[in-house]
Amino acid sequence: MQTPPRKVYLDNSATTRVDPEVVQIILPYFTELYGNASSTHQWGQRAKQAMEEARHQVAQFINATATEIVFTSGGTEADNLAIKGIAEAHAGKGKHIITSQFEHPAVLNSCKHLESLGWNVTYLPVYREGIVRPADIETAITDETVLISVMHVNNELGTIQPIKQIGDLVKARRAAGHKHLHLHTDAVQSVGKIPVDVRDLGVDLLSLSGHKIHAPKGVGALFVRRGVRLQAQSHGGHHERDRRAGTESVPLVVALGKACELERLHLQEFITRVGNLRDGLEAEIITRIPNVSRNGDTECRVPHISNFNFDHCEGEGLMIALDLKGIAVSTGSACASGSIEPSHVLTAIGLDHENGRGTLRFSLGKETTQEELDYLIETLPVVVEKLRRISPKAGVRH
Amino acid sequence: MYSPKVLEHLDNPRNVGTMEDATSRGEATNPVCGDLLHLYLKIADGKITASSFQAQACPPCIAAASILTEMIHGVTIDEALLLKAIDVTQALESLPRNKEHCSVLAIDALKAALKSL
Repeated sequence: MQTPPRKVYLDNSATTRVDPEVVQIILPYFTELYGNASSTHQWGQRAKQAMEEARHQVAQFINATATEIVFTSGGTEADNLAIKGIAEAHAGKGKHIITSQFEHPAVLNSCKHLESLGWNVTYLPVYREGIVRPADIETAITDETVLISVMHVNNELGTIQPIKQIGDLVKARRAAGHKHLHLHTDAVQSVGKIPVDVRDLGVDLLSLSGHKIHAPKGVGALFVRRGVRLQAQSHGGHHERDRRAGTESVPLVVALGKACELERLHLQEFITRVGNLRDGLEAEIITRIPNVSRNGDTECRVPHISNFNFDHCEGEGLMIALDLKGIAVSTGSACASGSIEPSHVLTAIGLDHENGRGTLRFSLGKETTQEELDYLIETLPVVVEKLRRISPKAGVRH
Repeated sequence: MYSPKVLEHLDNPRNVGTMEDATSRGEATNPVCGDLLHLYLKIADGKITASSFQAQACPPCIAAASILTEMIHGVTIDEALLLKAIDVTQALESLPRNKEHCSVLAIDALKAALKSL
C-alpha cells in the first residue's frame, strides 16, 4: 500500500506555527488600528489600549504586574537587555557574572562580550544529567557577583533547572547585605510548557519569546521586577518606560498577549496530553530500535522534548532522511554544526563527536497527534536501520 | 541546502556493503568530524569491475561515496587515478562550501584502495 505523503512537524522547540486565532486577532492592527501607541489622538490611544491589554496578558501568564513587562523583538534581545543592562547599571558594585555552560548563544555571547570589557564570567558545569547544581552557584558567588543567569529549561534536552532554589539562595544573600545580586532566567523554552511564576521562582528578570508559543517571530518580552535598575541598550524615545526605545509593533505585541492568554488557558491540558504522547513515543523508540539512549535527565524535564542518541548513525543523516519522509526534527551532531564538536549543549553533558553523533531532538507541540507519532514510529526504525546498514561500525557491536 | 542529487543518493545509496572477494580496500577518515569511509574494489584486467562502500558519515559524504562507486564502474586504474574531488562534487551537482571535504574523503578512500594494489 502506498503511504500518502505526510507532513509531521516535530521541531516545536525551534519555532511553532502561529495560532490561527492569533493571526485573526492581529489583522486589524495592520490596516485599521494602525496608530502609533505614543500618539495622543484616538488612533494612537486605540493602539496603546491594545498594547496595554497585551502587556496585562503577558504579565498575568507569569504572575507579574503589567509595568514589569518590557516588550522586545524576541528572546535574544530580552537576554541581551537583561545581561548587559544589569551589568552596565551595577558595574560599580562588581564585575562578576555566573551562568551555565549550556545557555542559549544570546546569553553566552552577551557574557563573552562583557568578558571582552573586563568582566569575569563563571560558566557552571551541568553534568551528565544536564542540570545546574545550586551548590556550585553557592561556591561561585563572590561579593563582586552582580548577576546569575541560568536558563529555566534547556532547549536541546528539555531539562528543568532549579531556578527556585537558586532564587532562594539569591534572596538569602540579599538579606545578608548582597543587595546588588540579581537573578535572570531565559525562560524561552519553559513559558507555555510548564507553569512559570516569577514570584515563586524568585527571579528579578525573565526572558520569553513569542514564536515559541504560537505568536509570530519578532516579538518577545523581558520581565523586570519592580525596583530593579537596568540600563537601556537602545537609545531613543521614552518607550517601554525608558528601557527599550523604538515604536512598539502593536500587531506583534497583541499577538504575544493573545498567545500568552491561550497558553495560560490550555497549559494543564498541554502538560498532560503532550506529556503522555512524548512518553508513549519514547517507549516505542526504545522497544523498536536497539542501541538507543536518551540524553539528559529523564525525570526533571518539560513534557514535550525528547532527545535520543542512535548509535552508529550520524544525526544529520537521520534528520535529512526523516525530512525526505516529511518529518521535521533537529540534531545536535557535529556534522550538522559544521564543526569538530557536537552542539555546545551535548558537549556540556559530556558527549563528544563519537558518542554525540547520532542525536535527534523531537519537540512536540500543542497540535501534535498520536497519528503523527505513529507515522514517526513506523518510519524511524527503517531510517535508522538503513543508515546503520551503511555504517562500517554498526556490524561491530550491533 | 543539498542538491536533489545528494538527497537522491542519501535516500537510495548505491553499492552499499562490504565485499567478500574484493581485490583491494581503502579507508579514509575525516579527522575534523570523525567521518569514516570504507571503499572496496574488484579489479580485473586493469579495470574496476565492481565497488562498494560503507560509511558512518554525514549525508553529503554518503552521497559522495555512493556516486563515486557509479563513476568508477568499468574505468581503468589509470583513469580512476585521475579522478579529483571536484569531479565528485560536480557529479553531485553541488555541495555546500563547508561540505566540499566530503568529496575529498571519497577520493582519499579511492586513492588508498588503489595504492594498496
